[in-house]
Amino acid sequence: MSPEYIIAAIVTIVGLTTPILLAGLGELVVEKSGVLNLGVEGMMLVGAISGFGVTVLTFSPWLGVLGAAAGGAVASMLFAVLVLQLNSNQVATGLALTIFGTGLSSLLGLSFTGRIIVPFLSVFPDALAKNPIGRLIFGYSPIVYFALIMVPAVYWFLKSTRAGLILRAVGENDHSAHSIGYSVVMVRYAAIAFGGAMAGIGGAYFSMVITPMWAEKMTAGRGWIALALVVFAGWRTGRLLAGAYFFGFLMWLELFAKANGFGTTLPFLQVIPSQFWAAMPYVMTIVALTIISARGTAGSNAPACLGRPFLPST
Amino acid sequence: MRLKLEKRPEPSLLMLVAAPVASVLLTMIIGVVVFDLIGIKGAKAVMDIFLTPILSPVKWQDVAAKAAPLIIIALGLSVGNRAQVWNIGAEGQYVIGALAAAGVGIAAGASGGPDVLLLMIAAGMIGGAAWGGIPALLRTRFNVNEILSSLMLTYVALQVLGFMVGGPWKDPNGRNFPATAPLADNQTLPIIVPGTTIHLGVAVAVILPFVFWILMSRSVFGFQIRVVGSAPNAARHGGFDAGRTIWLAMLIGGGMAGLAGSLEFSGMLHKIDLGFPSGYGFTAIIVSFLGRLNPIGCLVAGIVMAVTYVGGQMAQTSVHIPNSTAGIFQAMMLFFILASDILVRYRVRLLPSAKTVGAGE
Repeated sequence: MSPEYIIAAIVTIVGLTTPILLAGLGELVVEKSGVLNLGVEGMMLVGAISGFGVTVLTFSPWLGVLGAAAGGAVASMLFAVLVLQLNSNQVATGLALTIFGTGLSSLLGLSFTGRIIVPFLSVFPDALAKNPIGRLIFGYSPIVYFALIMVPAVYWFLKSTRAGLILRAVGENDHSAHSIGYSVVMVRYAAIAFGGAMAGIGGAYFSMVITPMWAEKMTAGRGWIALALVVFAGWRTGRLLAGAYFFGFLMWLELFAKANGFGTTLPFLQVIPSQFWAAMPYVMTIVALTIISARGTAGSNAPACLGRPFLPST
Repeated sequence: MRLKLEKRPEPSLLMLVAAPVASVLLTMIIGVVVFDLIGIKGAKAVMDIFLTPILSPVKWQDVAAKAAPLIIIALGLSVGNRAQVWNIGAEGQYVIGALAAAGVGIAAGASGGPDVLLLMIAAGMIGGAAWGGIPALLRTRFNVNEILSSLMLTYVALQVLGFMVGGPWKDPNGRNFPATAPLADNQTLPIIVPGTTIHLGVAVAVILPFVFWILMSRSVFGFQIRVVGSAPNAARHGGFDAGRTIWLAMLIGGGMAGLAGSLEFSGMLHKIDLGFPSGYGFTAIIVSFLGRLNPIGCLVAGIVMAVTYVGGQMAQTSVHIPNSTAGIFQAMMLFFILASDILVRYRVRLLPSAKTVGAGE
């Protein structure tokens, strides 16, 4: 393996990782507030078409990213109203959001099919981004750096801010948080909106960076990997970053096994089919979840109220 | 003024029936308005999606074929949902069921007939139940959330399918296309209405809701499931074993999904390729809610949902909207039904605003 090859592989892995890292960070905050939103895939698709559409109309990828965040957040509000205001079942509502988002994005995409935009790539000067080492550091879309900045930001928010503390309290024990005067519903609205915005930007990475055009269902199930990622990380921000890159590496292995096989470079991997790598994130998530669950809730980072509707007893 | 929710002692029977009907009607009305707003002929689109499949008899066989797996899967899921066991991995259990049936078919070689078909279907049920059993085992043994584990297992199942049809079971005469060899005629389910695609599995989907209805309303098992779901504390005091309920719910959900998969394979598609998993397992969750977790309700809701599938394909050619637009309507129906749930279980009261009653929202 030549150095150029390894650099190309790393760049690919960063690209594979970024959407699930963004959507995963959003869903982490949502789940930390005690809500399970299974609509990630749908919100990513709405974000993908919103980001693409706004970019086509305004010629500004920056506005496109904002549009993607807005699109994802608006879609998430549909879920939020049902779950928070009407106490609907979170599992069913989240699944419906995914089906809804898939259909809505296809419909909105009708008028954008066949349009092409300039991919939203590195904004650094060519002198920095063109040489191999520079490419590793400066060669990415601004969305990649945004995702990486959001990791410490979310970590700091959850751990060290008052708002983050309240959010975690709401997810840990909604009734106690309610009884000391915090609005469980408002906190969860904010968390769900953030999750929607992040999923939207993650989806836009597909339509604005990877393939700068719109295609139906283009996020190809990555929303479900993002959901797995949050669980795999044990609801911890730092582990979410590591897990995202690990899953990105597995996705790269899958692509590699599909495209050229390991015959010449790593013969001992040749016997493993590409589907093995594709299934690995899910298998490892189940294993991780089993270990977390078997240890019991004490010391676990899993929010205690996850998925439970909040009915204040008045 | 503010709204207050008051729990009804008994779910309102009127609302129970009226809510799904109202949900479908509201979805249609909103569909017309929204489609017109974005410049698509709304009335035509909604007409095509909801009514044309019912009004044109040539489409009935397509509706029946699509409704059958949805109904069968939804029946199994309703049992679990009633007991508050959330199996959302039916799609994977459906796939594993079909693969198990295919395995029996391949092992049987050239032999066929009713006994081989029965074996295939039994294998499908066992395969689906086994895949559904994994979350049950993890939940009862290690307290693993079955929502997350059953969902993850679906994506593992899809990869198992990809591997089998692209590898060991790939049709040698299939031009290297990842699919199993088509079933021989003696290994396919009989067609019960000559000249159509309506196979024996459709009859199963019509009969099973009544079997489940009797099972749920007349047996100790049905009673146990209902009690565990509606009053878990009473169930515990009554000596109902929570672990056993989880096992039963997951095995029945998985077994029914596996049955649906094996029927779809042996009755409809006759081979398995990468397009075999078409989301029935997820849509069936909507069907189960739209049918109010009631077996007969699932039968009706399955047909409604199948109509929108077939109608979505028709609208694709008539008003040029993507196939998946039907999903918008399917989701809207579920949104409305979930929203209206609150009217079934609660009574909405208007109260004078009470600023002194502490911090509410």
